[in-house]
Amino acid sequence: MFKVIGERINTSRKLVQAAVAERDADYIVADVKKQQEAGADYIDVNAGARIGHETDDMKWLLDIIQPIVNLPLSLDSPDPAVLEMAFKRVEKPPMINSISLEKERFDAMMPFLEGKNCKVIALCMDDAGIPDCPEDIQDRAKNLVEELNKIGIPTNCIYVDPLIQPISTDSNKGIMVLSAVRSIKAEFPGVHILGGLSNISYGLPERKIINQTFVAMMMGAGMDSAIIDPLDQKLMATIRTADMLLSHDNFCVNYLRGVRSGAIKS
Amino acid sequence: MSDFHGIIKALVACDTTRVTGLVNVAIADGIAAGDILNNGLIAGMDIVGEKMESGEMFIPEVLMAARIMGQCATILQPFLGEQGSTPGVGVIIGTVKGDLHDIGKNLVAMMMESAGIEVYDLGVDIAPENFIACIKEKNARIVCLSALLTTTMPMMKQTVDAIVESGLRDRVKLLVGGAPVTRAFAEEIGADGFAADAGAATRLVKLLANSPEQTDHLELETQCLR
Repeated sequence: MFKVIGERINTSRKLVQAAVAERDADYIVADVKKQQEAGADYIDVNAGARIGHETDDMKWLLDIIQPIVNLPLSLDSPDPAVLEMAFKRVEKPPMINSISLEKERFDAMMPFLEGKNCKVIALCMDDAGIPDCPEDIQDRAKNLVEELNKIGIPTNCIYVDPLIQPISTDSNKGIMVLSAVRSIKAEFPGVHILGGLSNISYGLPERKIINQTFVAMMMGAGMDSAIIDPLDQKLMATIRTADMLLSHDNFCVNYLRGVRSGAIKS
Repeated sequence: MSDFHGIIKALVACDTTRVTGLVNVAIADGIAAGDILNNGLIAGMDIVGEKMESGEMFIPEVLMAARIMGQCATILQPFLGEQGSTPGVGVIIGTVKGDLHDIGKNLVAMMMESAGIEVYDLGVDIAPENFIACIKEKNARIVCLSALLTTTMPMMKQTVDAIVESGLRDRVKLLVGGAPVTRAFAEEIGADGFAADAGAATRLVKLLANSPEQTDHLELETQCLR
């Protein structure tokens, strides 16, 4: 089953930042409930945008969100100190967003992750920059999986992010990442693949149709989770439908439930 | 008879064959290569930039137009001689330290080059001291800082601060850009200007380059931060 990580609680979004700054708990509660109802599997929490306030903002957000959801959270920060604090405050094993091969980040994150019961997002980024061929992406994925395995994180807890890049800047960016995903899944069948889906459509008009089409193609290649806005109904409907077509929905139960609830429409 | 209007129109339509054809005809007609470049190609790219800003043209079309522009520049090269086209303004551009994203930065650099501006692209992950060294070496008057991540935005401030400390602040105009960067942030960290896309950035740089050096600083900044 495809896992949806709801991206809305992020202080780089204007309304969320305002709510956090004013400590407006009602706004956050309502937003999180909507994401949960729309079918999110994780709620991502990013408190990084107000420089100098990350620890306090994260603490405040977690204390509000924790009691009202029965979903695990995705703790989104590059700072191990913030993550350590956040990890202690959550009940269900969280998703950690994220580690990469950039030396500074890697060295800081590895000791934090060691021995923890969590899922982890592993970005295929290193100090050489953004990958520019499928082999580059695959090498980095391999490196990350092997390093994380060494500190006791099993492959099925790793969510490799192959870095979806804008098709507007290079017409080959779509097939590049599709081909990388197939290779990674062939080498590590148990690993999860996650993507920042909307990057694909950056710089083009009518972005939603691109996102919807590409999510189905990526799912066909092996992507099984994404950080998205669960309130985007058409995208969610596309994901549920693709899940059925990939035999992740016995007797089409979820699809039919979605149709009856009005969430899935042609 | 020169057909600058035809070149401009064909470039904006991204019609490679037509643009190169018209450029060759213009050369054969004895039109000065510098005029073809400035009044035809660069004028065409200005319109491409405007259309990008207004949302009528999109990144792939801008890239295509820039490639056509590059091909034509190669055709014109032998005829340009020493006269060149650079209006004598150097722009330093780079992604700040800790940030490895280059797509937006490359697009801005490319648009500026297409506008006939001399661009020194330092690349990604550029430390403040490297920007400072380049300002000294190239004697450039405009510096563009890029960042895609909210986590590297503070490095923009550190870079601006380091340039102030180095004593070079009055020699350069500092512009900032990148997905999370806003006008308010630009003002907050003491930059001179902000642009939301490559078209706007190029227009802003041209505006700064064309205004006489010692005019009222505040006046110009208000205009830039408009």
